[in-house]
Amino acid sequence: MRTPLLLALFIAATPALAETPRDFLTRFEKEAGATASVERGARFFAAKQGGEWSCASCHGEKPTQPGRHARTDKPIGALAPVANAERFTDPAKVDKWFRRNCNDTLNRACSPQEKADVLAWLLSLK
Amino acid sequence: MKLRIGMAALLGALLTIPALPALADRLPVPKHPLYLEECGSCHLAYPPQLLDAASWRALMSGLDKHFGSDATLVDKRRAAIADFLGRNAGGRKTGVTADAMGQPLLRISDTAWFQRKHREIDPAVWKRASVKSPANCAACHTRAAEGDWGEHSVTIPK
Repeated sequence: MRTPLLLALFIAATPALAETPRDFLTRFEKEAGATASVERGARFFAAKQGGEWSCASCHGEKPTQPGRHARTDKPIGALAPVANAERFTDPAKVDKWFRRNCNDTLNRACSPQEKADVLAWLLSLK
Repeated sequence: MKLRIGMAALLGALLTIPALPALADRLPVPKHPLYLEECGSCHLAYPPQLLDAASWRALMSGLDKHFGSDATLVDKRRAAIADFLGRNAGGRKTGVTADAMGQPLLRISDTAWFQRKHREIDPAVWKRASVKSPANCAACHTRAAEGDWGEHSVTIPK
């Protein structure tokens, strides 16, 4: 009788939206049905693939450092979670930026495998 | 009596003239957290006064092709920002921001006001790596983010 109540209290006390970068990696790997590849993520991040820009065009070749928007030059906070604790913690932001930026760089949506690979590479950066 | 009026006029002119350019060069961006967060993450949060309501309406209905980028927002956020821009859209300073055919202009840098203000800038300056494009206000207007567009805070980078 008491367990469901405690469980409900526990769930209610947990911030609904807060996730960790590892949670996103687990989610993308699950959706892809395969494990991520750090090497593949590194190549994906640096290469132009159909569009005018690669991920690195704005986020920089070393995403442990701040980047700059390729067109407007506006500074962009570092993308690697080790350098920027806000990255990959908010599902709405993660979904929004993958949706837009994949469209800008690939002219299509990214696959779960591509997201998993890039995030695995970002998480490998120290 | 005549002399006194003359003195007063002169004093008045001395007091008001230096104040005018400073006033004209202040273009604060109203503090709207959603506008600053969403639009300000890719470029300076441009003062809404620099386009008229029709221009902002046209711009906000084409975010899927926003000057070559996908800038789409979830509907609720898009609507809130469109409403904010409509309420703070320009008038006095820039007038109607439309082209010769009456189509709303989408770029602030295409407006007559912007071009008049920047007529002394050599076209090559816009292309410098340190400037990149007229969208990059802060390259020269070093205090633009604080709403200060005065000439005293302009530094054109090499």
